[in-house]
Amino acid sequence: MALAAFSWQELAQQVVSGLASGGIYASLALALVLIYRATRVINFAQGELATLTTFVAWSLTNHGLNKWVAFPLTLLIAFAGGVALERVVIRPVERAPVLTVVMLTIGLLIGLNGLTAWIWGGETRSFPSLFSTGTVDVGGVAVSYADIGVIGVTLGAVGLISLFFRFTKLGLGMRAVAANPETSPLVGIRVGWMLALGWGLAATLGALSGILVAPTVFLEPNMMQAILLYAFAAAILGGLESPLGAVVGGLLLGVILNLAGRYVPEVGGESRLAVALAVILIVLTIRPSGLFGRTVGRRV
Amino acid sequence: MSALLELRDVEARYGPVKALHGVSLSVEEGSIVAVLGANGAGKTTILRAISNTVRRSGDIVFAGRRLGRAGPDAVMRLGIAHVPEGRGIFRELSVWDNLRLGAYVRRDRAAVAADAERMLGHFPWIARRRGQAAGTLSGGEQQMLALARALMGRPRLLLLDEPSLGLAPLVVREIFRILAELNERDGLTALVVEQNASVALRVSQSACVLEVGRVVLAGPSTELREHDAVRRSYLGY
Repeated sequence: MALAAFSWQELAQQVVSGLASGGIYASLALALVLIYRATRVINFAQGELATLTTFVAWSLTNHGLNKWVAFPLTLLIAFAGGVALERVVIRPVERAPVLTVVMLTIGLLIGLNGLTAWIWGGETRSFPSLFSTGTVDVGGVAVSYADIGVIGVTLGAVGLISLFFRFTKLGLGMRAVAANPETSPLVGIRVGWMLALGWGLAATLGALSGILVAPTVFLEPNMMQAILLYAFAAAILGGLESPLGAVVGGLLLGVILNLAGRYVPEVGGESRLAVALAVILIVLTIRPSGLFGRTVGRRV
Repeated sequence: MSALLELRDVEARYGPVKALHGVSLSVEEGSIVAVLGANGAGKTTILRAISNTVRRSGDIVFAGRRLGRAGPDAVMRLGIAHVPEGRGIFRELSVWDNLRLGAYVRRDRAAVAADAERMLGHFPWIARRRGQAAGTLSGGEQQMLALARALMGRPRLLLLDEPSLGLAPLVVREIFRILAELNERDGLTALVVEQNASVALRVSQSACVLEVGRVVLAGPSTELREHDAVRRSYLGY
């Protein structure tokens, strides 16, 4: 296959739509990083949680609720669900080795996937988009409202979360727990609740990514599985320790995948996954701590 | 005078290893009590038993109230600030965040701000380095920051674990000078675990000596300073 004619406009378009899908990877990657920083656990169920909550959003709109009510309501439900999940399922194994908890999240992945399929069935559904169709001309480049919307919403969410961490007392408490879980209770922090809060925030971010991605990939129980892999790649690219890294990694990965899909003839559709896995491999080989991670010896 | 803190027959263990074999001691309000002893005598464990960060049994009564099963965060909320072994700095957070964390449970914002000013009076360098990651501070600065953080909680009782560990003599003297000043001026009550017996006995009003998880000697610091065994084993003259 010959290489298609190159144009700068198209390159710009590909970059913008790459940033849009990257924003979705970024919010899920940020969810992974929030939990990883606090507990050293990779939450493999993060994607399925997102799918489940997206189905909740679908049900709410299907019952006639306006999407501008249904989606924020879904985020609240996701938050409460994340907190509850941590308190009920994760808390009993809080002191268990990390690997035990990771296995548990894999169990959750399978369980939640089954639950979703059981409640809503396996068929593929269309999902309402938050944004109207159509494009806007930005300096000769046609950019879709949906892309602008997704980029805006994810950056907005990320901005809100970083403000929360920087300027609120709860945010300070959560940062303290991530930095030093042993000392945190000595200043009066209830560590267990901070971890639950982290799960709540992560579940909310996951729900957001699900709601944003569902209009393009369509809603079905396995919807987030590929997205979760992209989110892993994004988090590893940015550095699992770094929230900023997760966001930059997500956006970067979105652009990389889009450009590879467009300009490398062998890459398209399913083989995008292979590109993501290659990114993981390359990062782990060359710079295991990621772009923004710091290589620090862990104190034992 | 009734004791602010009283330990009665406290035992503690790490898994199968018993670290405290029935320790009793009391801390009067407004006094500094020093716990002396060699490495592994159980000094750190006494503090950990009080803040409930080690498995323990026996009675611990603080301000007339049994601590019972209260977790470490609840103990802190009762007014006991524990500066742990190794100082427990939040290394990745800024110096200022570390200081603020000391007041984490307080709601009286104005008073917290005033206390932060007071801390800057004691430790002026904090103002210059407030944005710096606390992990990049020197050992002495980290110890002072940990002390300031604990004081930000306005504790009724301060638990201080080996403040002199790994620090230059001048820094040690400075830290104990501030401790003595806080004790005299503000009536700070503290239980200080320390290997450096000479400096600890100068600042404290009373002290006890711990050997293999037992209190073998206790009394006013002035008397312990003259005690033959203490002089031989801990003061080195």
